[in-house]
Amino acid sequence: MTTVNEKIGEEIRVQARKMLAEGAVVAVIGYGVGSLPMTARPMVARRPEDCDKLIWSSFCVLNLANYLPEVLKSVEPPHGPRDPKPPEDSLPRVAVLATGCWSRNIVVQIQEHQVARTRVVVMGVGSRGMVSRRKVESLFPGKEILRVEEGDHDLVIHGADFTETINRWSVVRDNCQTCTHPDPVLVDVRIGDPVSERKNPKPFKQVEEIERLSVDDRWAWFTTEFSTCIRCYACRNACPLCYCPTCFVDDDKPQWVGKSLDTVDTGLFHLLRAYHCAGRCTDCGTCETVCPMGINMRMLTKKLNKDVLNLYGLEAGMQPDAPLPLTTYTLDDPQKFIVTEAPSAKEGE
Amino acid sequence: MKVLKITPAELDALMQQWQKQYVVFVPASGKSAAVSPDCAPGWKRMEAGSAPLFLPVGPTPASVKAFYFPQPETLLTYTLDNNHPDKALMRESLKPEAMQVVVGVRPCDAGSVALNNLPYSEDPHFQANRRRTALVGFTCDTMLSTCFCRQMGGSPMAQEGLDLALSRTEDSFLVTVVNEKGASLLAGLDLTVAGEAELSALAVRRQEMAASDSAQLATLKAAELGRLYDAPQWQALGDSCINCGACTFICPTCYCFDIQDEVVWGQGRRIRYWDSCMFPLYSLHTSGHNPRGKKVQRTRNRFLHKLKYFPDRFGPFSCVGCGRCVQDCPVNIDIREVMNDLTNDLTNLTALE
Repeated sequence: MTTVNEKIGEEIRVQARKMLAEGAVVAVIGYGVGSLPMTARPMVARRPEDCDKLIWSSFCVLNLANYLPEVLKSVEPPHGPRDPKPPEDSLPRVAVLATGCWSRNIVVQIQEHQVARTRVVVMGVGSRGMVSRRKVESLFPGKEILRVEEGDHDLVIHGADFTETINRWSVVRDNCQTCTHPDPVLVDVRIGDPVSERKNPKPFKQVEEIERLSVDDRWAWFTTEFSTCIRCYACRNACPLCYCPTCFVDDDKPQWVGKSLDTVDTGLFHLLRAYHCAGRCTDCGTCETVCPMGINMRMLTKKLNKDVLNLYGLEAGMQPDAPLPLTTYTLDDPQKFIVTEAPSAKEGE
Repeated sequence: MKVLKITPAELDALMQQWQKQYVVFVPASGKSAAVSPDCAPGWKRMEAGSAPLFLPVGPTPASVKAFYFPQPETLLTYTLDNNHPDKALMRESLKPEAMQVVVGVRPCDAGSVALNNLPYSEDPHFQANRRRTALVGFTCDTMLSTCFCRQMGGSPMAQEGLDLALSRTEDSFLVTVVNEKGASLLAGLDLTVAGEAELSALAVRRQEMAASDSAQLATLKAAELGRLYDAPQWQALGDSCINCGACTFICPTCYCFDIQDEVVWGQGRRIRYWDSCMFPLYSLHTSGHNPRGKKVQRTRNRFLHKLKYFPDRFGPFSCVGCGRCVQDCPVNIDIREVMNDLTNDLTNLTALE
């Protein structure tokens, strides 16, 4: 029997091949088969025949919006720095697969003028939640998983000397389990069936658990959680929000952050990175998933998502026409965070 | 080489003994609560009475590279205090002399030290760390599907680079005393010498596990890989790669660094810290020109460095086949596939001629 994901994969191949053959787009950003169980490799199909490699599975964990600005740039005809940029609608278009959160990131990229709407064809896929490889592996300590068969609701895990069936949803990533908008908000080509909004009374449960801790315990959580960071910047490079030509950690005139593994430097990198994502992060979970050391840096951005929702009533990428909360000034902006002297002294100024 | 027998209980007692004399490091299971400045992520310093050794199947979570090439390492120190007579005078920083014993090392990692020693043969910092580090390793009973040491000329039973090599038998370990440093770790201990039968069984296992699949290695080595500089596969790799430094930092044989001064309250130190050829800043010239400005160029460089530039200069490939990059690459770039593709391309090129 064909699974939902297999059907989606087939639709992706058909649609991608059609668009490339017709010249509607010059590249399709999607996923190919990974070399290990529970992996999928992001790929760019540039010719119709490349589309045979495209797949869809529960292991498409990296946000493909991350590749979009660069692929768009790579397909532009070469022009010098002083040449006038050709008008956007004359430039070749690129198709990209997008689930709920990825499509919201594309919206953010459009709002921030990193991506021209007219050049993108969003192939929208309703997300059923992506599986965390780490969660699955943690169920089989000391054993190697050699093959995983994916059903609609189960995963069959094969090792050298065992076969076990586990429930798929139980190993879905934390961010997908708390996700309320699994269906893409921007769709040009619909792939598969739309997925309905999910009700989640406690989307910030994990954050609230940390918030409830004492200051000392929160500090202990923070220093422990980030103590294993090796500064490889996988979290930053996998993030579709991180497109700065020079990241603040790479800048050396002035140098904002030290380069060593000092707790202060590592902590500063993670805190600043999170703050740069405030009001823009869609909780796609890619940063957490790609970390080779298993650091849950997503807790920082999730906390900021909560704050932005409480302060501005906004979720990133949900309202394409709304102003970006943190780059727009309005008179009624909440400003409880501003430390002031006694009200009477302020009035006397 | 002397081969002795040691039971797991005796090994635990011996490690407790080492812990009193030396600084002992073991693989960390889970997150270590507080990482001490002399300990790399993935390892933890052994304390008195700590739990028995945790030894994962396959390579340890982090490689031994950090013990030889710490992240970061202070090279020089200085003061910027105007009243100090030695203001701005660079002084060599005091190096820790205490012997450090790393327990739980796998043969692949042990082999990586010799490879890194080639470019660092005249580096006083690396050499000082090499002198003071002893590696106590365990040969592998099981290989993971991502392990490819045998393709890289290694073996799961290899003991090169280790000081003590332990191999599991039914109820205990056989300890091969590889060198003097290893012997000094066992000084004063009265261990049984392994019997003839055990020795021959060990030799048989070693023979069976020896490098078997070096045909590909030979093809890659004999060929002029530079001819594949513009091969189409690099484009596909460059498309997938996100240019993070995960592969280079978890790689036991990546050894590139950058140097920087850090000044805190007038006290300066010059540190060297890990750098990655995946980062655009790595090859950025002062002029603003970047010879590897494109992602695909950086991805290609990492593989060609391991498979061509390093062997051109030093002989062996700069890879031990531990498979960490295969397991942890965020976008599943697999060096084994890269090598297969290159070999196939070379075969096709030769066939065309």
